[in-house]
Amino acid sequence: MTVEVFSRRLSFYSKFEPRYADGIDAGHLTLVKPAQPASPERFEGLPITLRGAGKSFGERRVLEPLDLDIPAGQFVAIVGRSGGGKTTLLRLIAGLIPATEGAIFIDHEPVRGMQKEVRVLFQDARLLPWQTVISNVGIARQSGWRETAKATLADVGLEGRENDWPAVLSGGQRQRVALARALVSKPGVLLLDEPFGALDALTRVEMHQLMERIWGEHRFTTMLITHDVAEAVALADRVLVLRDGRIALDIPITLPRPRREHADPAAAQLQAQILKEV
Amino acid sequence: MSAAILTRTGRALAPWAVPIGILIIWELSSRLSLIPPRLLPAPSAVAVAFWENAKTGVLFEHMAISAGRALQGLAIGGGIGFTLGVLNGVWRPAETAIDSTLQMLRNVPHLAIIPLVILWFGIDEEAKIFLVAIGVAFPIYLNTFHGIRTVDAGLIEMARVYGLGRFALFWRVILPGALPSVLVGLRFSLGIMWLTLIVAETISASSGIGYMTMNAREFLQTDVVLLGIIVYALLGKAADVLTRAIEGRALSWHPAYQNAEVRP
Repeated sequence: MTVEVFSRRLSFYSKFEPRYADGIDAGHLTLVKPAQPASPERFEGLPITLRGAGKSFGERRVLEPLDLDIPAGQFVAIVGRSGGGKTTLLRLIAGLIPATEGAIFIDHEPVRGMQKEVRVLFQDARLLPWQTVISNVGIARQSGWRETAKATLADVGLEGRENDWPAVLSGGQRQRVALARALVSKPGVLLLDEPFGALDALTRVEMHQLMERIWGEHRFTTMLITHDVAEAVALADRVLVLRDGRIALDIPITLPRPRREHADPAAAQLQAQILKEV
Repeated sequence: MSAAILTRTGRALAPWAVPIGILIIWELSSRLSLIPPRLLPAPSAVAVAFWENAKTGVLFEHMAISAGRALQGLAIGGGIGFTLGVLNGVWRPAETAIDSTLQMLRNVPHLAIIPLVILWFGIDEEAKIFLVAIGVAFPIYLNTFHGIRTVDAGLIEMARVYGLGRFALFWRVILPGALPSVLVGLRFSLGIMWLTLIVAETISASSGIGYMTMNAREFLQTDVVLLGIIVYALLGKAADVLTRAIEGRALSWHPAYQNAEVRP
């Protein structure tokens, strides 16, 4: 058996590989890509569009067909109870699972599997414990990854920790490594699946500030999944409440940046308004 | 100050007190003819036997032959076990086809096939190597298979999000993730390797430590029999030390293997 044939048959992995139908049912849903000048310093934020995108697991519908437009560079937070379809929505956009109805477009192209413009930060950092911090950041091993990884690590405040094992890092530091790993490939879309949920309150606030700064510098389109309303209001331009697979609320957050997370009556009022819908 | 040094030396020597005590009692009992030398010769007699066999080089010849058989059997059986473990771990049709057969074979005590092996190979080298290979293959197979199946699914998903190809995924995620388990299998195998070889060499051989021991029994050289047993113990210990060293190096990332020095 040749190496290539063998590798194609490693079916154990195939459960991690979503199967997409060949003819995606999006004939009437084609989008026209507008001409855009790209700015050199920023990563090119990419717009996300959902047209009737829904997901059922067998008989159970976890996500009702959704229409949603997230413009390039926007920071959206999706808030909801667990089991409300938040993570399913993120996994659909990431291309980890295929939609059972409708279509999802990133940069006007239908999503059909994982894409290199889209990066995900999971709740647990998911670092390879047998690789050093810098090797984890340069996991994709593009040419010149060492320099890029080193610079990115410095950017997230982990200068000098390049050769440590992940096991010796704190939870917050691990998430910083995971963030650096996402950033080295200059993503157009960053999906955050409750990455700060397991951190202590002080570290979480630090991570919020880091996230806001990094997003402000690069302006990739960001979608944050969270059950923490205060976190959503502190970070996002726009908050969506997802309840029973439907969007129950869609409000813009126009508080000035950089945001402080304490004693802001406007933020408190917004939080109350969102909490009513969760 | 000197008291502290004494305490420290005492503490370092404490674990050796019992073995040394036993040796002294044993030596004295032999000297006083409390134990007949044919049943159990004195430690000094074993030391003399070691010296005589070492001087002529016979002992090391036998040791080299035994170690060679053990390692050849380990390489063949371990290679087969590892390959099958990887294959069945990553490819379900292979598991369906092979795993239940292997589980059946695994439950046959491999020493039970000695008569068959003698019929097939006579008392040639192949017989010993074959038995060792059969014995070590299963622990390595089981642990490799288990190790691959229990690699964190989250890491595999992450690797796919980050665009790792199937081979990068295997070499950088699946295999390192399975390695601790594979090495546990290796340590199990080493025990079985020596056990099998001792039995095989005592039953049918014309060289090796087992042969040396059996030969000595014929001539009632109990001191050489004891020497053979001690040599087996030392070889077993050496193999264990070697695996620990391999583990320490290969798993230096693992929190359980990290000592004061944290950086690789």
